[in-house]
Amino acid sequence: MTTTLTEPPAQETERPRRPKAARAGGTLHAGPVAYVILALFAIGSLFPLVWTAIAASRDNNRLAETPPPFWFGSNLMDNLDIAWSDANLGEAFLNTTIVAGISALTIVVLSTVAGFAFAKLRFKGRNALMLIVIGTMMVPPQLSVIPLYMMVAELDWTDQLQAVILPSLVSAFGVFFMRQYLLQALPDELIEAARVDGAGSWRVVWHIVFPAARPAMAVLGMLMFVQTWNDFLWPFLVLTQTGNPTVQVAVAGLGRGYTPDQSLIMAGALLGTLPLLLVFAIFGKQIVGGIMQGAVKG
Amino acid sequence: MTTGHDTAAASPAKGGAAPGRPPAGAPETEREQRRRARLSRRWQRDVRWSPYAFVSPFFLLFLAFGLFPLVYTGWASLHQVELTAPTDMNWVGLRNYTRIFDDDFFWNAARNTLTIGVISTVPQLLMALGLAHILNYRLRASTFYRVAMLAPYATSIAAASLVFVLLFGRDYGMINWALGAVGIDNIDWQNDKWPSQIAVSTIVIWRWTGYNALIYLAAMQAIPQDLYESAALDGANRWQQFFHVTLPALRPTILFTVVVSTIGASQLFGEPLLFDANKGASGGSQHQFQTLGLYLYEQGWVNQHLGRASAIAWTMFLILIVIGIVNYVISRRLRASG
Repeated sequence: MTTTLTEPPAQETERPRRPKAARAGGTLHAGPVAYVILALFAIGSLFPLVWTAIAASRDNNRLAETPPPFWFGSNLMDNLDIAWSDANLGEAFLNTTIVAGISALTIVVLSTVAGFAFAKLRFKGRNALMLIVIGTMMVPPQLSVIPLYMMVAELDWTDQLQAVILPSLVSAFGVFFMRQYLLQALPDELIEAARVDGAGSWRVVWHIVFPAARPAMAVLGMLMFVQTWNDFLWPFLVLTQTGNPTVQVAVAGLGRGYTPDQSLIMAGALLGTLPLLLVFAIFGKQIVGGIMQGAVKG
Repeated sequence: MTTGHDTAAASPAKGGAAPGRPPAGAPETEREQRRRARLSRRWQRDVRWSPYAFVSPFFLLFLAFGLFPLVYTGWASLHQVELTAPTDMNWVGLRNYTRIFDDDFFWNAARNTLTIGVISTVPQLLMALGLAHILNYRLRASTFYRVAMLAPYATSIAAASLVFVLLFGRDYGMINWALGAVGIDNIDWQNDKWPSQIAVSTIVIWRWTGYNALIYLAAMQAIPQDLYESAALDGANRWQQFFHVTLPALRPTILFTVVVSTIGASQLFGEPLLFDANKGASGGSQHQFQTLGLYLYEQGWVNQHLGRASAIAWTMFLILIVIGIVNYVISRRLRASG
């Protein structure tokens, strides 16, 4: 591109840098206003989280003050300790880890295999079935809640973890996501070569598809783990706080109990969120990349 | 993809039986031929049926936990079913529907769902669009902003709602304190109608703006650079480029996010449930922010009428279908005109 030749005269100081910018994916350098806006949004996003920690570190009486506390107090450890035992968070953590772990793992494997079929194999009804997959993303979960509850009640599974796990084993988004990834990431030649060597479909999946899909599987696994960990409606309906709570049910219970101790509630909320924020701090870049990649349609 | 298939289909004749191939020139025994034919048949069966084996787990699970409940909810909505004995079903026809349509609280919940949906979705998507535009510039520390904006997505509804209850507190909440600093009197964010709906919407906006911004950003990065270049050649400034290049290219993505956000807004449940100071499912003492999701829960699990709750669920579903059709019509119109 000839940058200088035909440029319009107005406000063009940045134009000559264009080719470089294009390579990086952006168009132009951001000005100071852009940085101010971004900083404001970053603060807005993070402030409630930081303030959770501040409130959790205070004495309850000191929360009811004007102005509200802006800095950490000294009660953090005590509050965390009480919240941990009051809300039975240890058991809740174990439960949620089991639920989210099993769900994420199953979703990842099933989605990869189905996504591979939709991306690379030809079969009758493929397009119609893919449409159904996309259509299922539109069905609101509230619709299935009542019969599922009846089923669970009938099976005597109330308060049992399998009642939470089973309905969360399937994800249309996951299938869609893996299909998008494999369309690009898995060269047809690789599959052909394996075929020519006499590999059956299952061998192809095991030795070629899984290794090729590994980065996307990791991202999808994290996304699904986050989603299942944060799931609220269904666990809230089938699990009671006393039975077998997940973290969300336990944390919600803190706010709904008769303890008016806000700093304890905040300590519980902090504990419930912390593991995911840690995952996020470590793998944030990959998760961001995964969401952006799943968003692009092809 | 076509070539991939053709080669794959041709290969059994060539190399399907490669592992045990006799040395070239040696006459093939009958046994060898039979072995080859068997391998070839097995190969064809594999190619033909394995795709179905690969997709069937998803569909089986979807049948059990998606489609069957959907249909069954419709069936249950025509019956009187109580939470205490969910298997006892008495046919009542459409009475559950007439019952809820006669209930003022249903219409109240429907209106609240609509208004909360609008005041949470519209600002959220507009801000996400603006943010994505800024993130699409060349930036220092761009990953930091993306991760920071997405952090609320990793926070659960339960934790977020509890924090916002405190921030929106009437007497000691930080938001009223900040408003007081600029001379605005305390607002009762939990008990007044519009403030409480704005507060609930704020939780939604806080959680999802960054997520939507990333989706827009991904779509923006897929727009070919030469479109901007030729627009620049025609003398378009940044704003004109945004309106005449970026927005049209983003149309499908914007429609997609509108649909997804609308579905999310129509199901709002955890935020209003936990924002309630009275710890009930009524959405505030005056039902001022009771959504359809809460109303469904109240009918089904508080009042224990599962049949009526099913009717609410199906009504919500029908509303979503209407929204889907409207969306489809609009997108076709846009495509025809664009």
